[in-house]
Amino acid sequence: MSSAHDIQRILQRCRTLAVVGLSAEAHRPSYFAAKYMLEHGYRIVPVNPKYPSILGQRCFPSLEAIDHPVDMVDVFRRPQDTPAIAEQAVAIGAKVLWLQLGVINEQARAIAAAGGLEVVQDRCVKIEHARFFGGLNYAGVNTGVISARRPLRTTPAA
Amino acid sequence: MTQADRSFQPETLCIHAGQIPDAATGARALPIYQTSSFVFDNAEHAASLFNLQTFGNVYSRLGNPTVAALEERVAALEGGRAAVATASGMAAESLLFTTLLQQGDHIVAANSLYGGSVTMLAVNLPRMGIQTTFVDGNSPQAFAAAMRPNTRAVYAETLGNPSLQVLDIAAVAEVAHQHGVPLVVDNTVLSPYLCNPIAHGADVVIHSATKYLGGHGSTLGGVVVESGRFAWDNGKFPGMTEPSPGYHGVKFYETFGDFGLTMRLRMEGLRVHGASLAPTSAWQLLQGIETLPLRMERHNANALAVAQHLATHPHVAWVSYPGLAQHPDHALLQRQSSRPPAEQPAASGLLAFGLRGGMQAGIKLLESLTFISHLVNIGDTRTLISHPASTTHRQLEPEQLAAAGIGPDMVRLSVGLEHIDDILWDLHQGLELACQ
Repeated sequence: MSSAHDIQRILQRCRTLAVVGLSAEAHRPSYFAAKYMLEHGYRIVPVNPKYPSILGQRCFPSLEAIDHPVDMVDVFRRPQDTPAIAEQAVAIGAKVLWLQLGVINEQARAIAAAGGLEVVQDRCVKIEHARFFGGLNYAGVNTGVISARRPLRTTPAA
Repeated sequence: MTQADRSFQPETLCIHAGQIPDAATGARALPIYQTSSFVFDNAEHAASLFNLQTFGNVYSRLGNPTVAALEERVAALEGGRAAVATASGMAAESLLFTTLLQQGDHIVAANSLYGGSVTMLAVNLPRMGIQTTFVDGNSPQAFAAAMRPNTRAVYAETLGNPSLQVLDIAAVAEVAHQHGVPLVVDNTVLSPYLCNPIAHGADVVIHSATKYLGGHGSTLGGVVVESGRFAWDNGKFPGMTEPSPGYHGVKFYETFGDFGLTMRLRMEGLRVHGASLAPTSAWQLLQGIETLPLRMERHNANALAVAQHLATHPHVAWVSYPGLAQHPDHALLQRQSSRPPAEQPAASGLLAFGLRGGMQAGIKLLESLTFISHLVNIGDTRTLISHPASTTHRQLEPEQLAAAGIGPDMVRLSVGLEHIDDILWDLHQGLELACQ
């Protein structure tokens, strides 16, 4: 279980997110999440062999095909597919393996952790970002945020 | 350190949950965002907001930052995932049932509900093809026996008003869950400080925030809290799992997961029916919530003292207060209490009694008091008195009144925060006038 502090740090430090299993269909949760993160200043790298591009971003058939460094591998795939993705995430030098809501796999977690990655499981990257930085509170959601400081920003104020 | 991983106590949540210093100004207290609408950064931002692909403010009928602070605070106090606020407690109940249910659905409800709720379930919803079976709220077996294949919700009050019947939340939740439907409870009378129904298995909690949450008898409001634990994808709730024709194909449960119901209530229900809470009202209710724990402790103490006093009064025939050991639900109330066992009975300020002189003496009492007010609210700082059979429950048939435990002689008291000696004095002089 990742702490609130860990998740805030991860979302502040990671800037390039490879989204494995990103759908090009606008009503799918993966599309919602990637579009949100793109609009909040993150570089989104779609990973899906079915499409040339998604959300206007060049799409890669696999993690290993990506031709630049990736901070986070964000996974919208079935749990049984995740150990192989974890191995690839280690191979490309990602810093974080993030498995989306409902995606939990102990083997994938162990592979990524042994490879030096931080692992988040069973969480939505969009909802966690919105919880700390992006207005989830406006939807009436219990964010758990108790603070005497103004809202945090993911990037330093201009 | 930016965010502590700590489970804060309710006293702290009552003051802080849902509200950190204002992003724009640093204002420490909650600003009142008295605006109908909010600008978009550009057309793409507007599209993302309307597509629910980002979170933000569009129009105050759907959501407002001041109202959102109230929503998050009540969700936090109830241990829920998310909440949506409404213009009144009845609006909260209407929003839930008219959004979640559809023609052909069925509700199993306790028969000891607030009169307005009984009317909604027995008169208004049947016109829309939604039927309700009313059962003895003290009997989980009666709930089980009334379940049908088309039942989609079980509904009860955690502490019935004015029956003062206590719901066995875990037992009735088990009945509901065995049939794949949510247990919806109204927790208005106990407030989240005295009882957290979600911890005992409830799936949705409704409040009339007008009562103890606001606490000052000044402001109407309601809240629906979602636990985040109910699995809506069991085939019984297509509106949660299928693409929403009312919101361009969004699947609320798939997209928003454990706050999918709240998003659906907001975007499908509140958007169309429009019974939204005003920002100023939300601010007033939040002012009240800051002192909820202090007020509830005094309401409890004063009501217990009044109940003990009336129980031995020569003109009083009977007293019902679950904080008294002789009340049949006393042990159940204590078991479900959120307060430490060592504290005094956490039964709220609501009690009922009858006079030896019957209904006529009771009505004479209402007219003989000095500062105790004859009106139909509860949960005010002021002590309030009413005669349910002729007011809040007047629309009910005699058999419905009997089922709800409301005799013609019942007088309901919502014990306020005045000095206990003064409350007892006013009751005493009123009883002497009424029973001479």
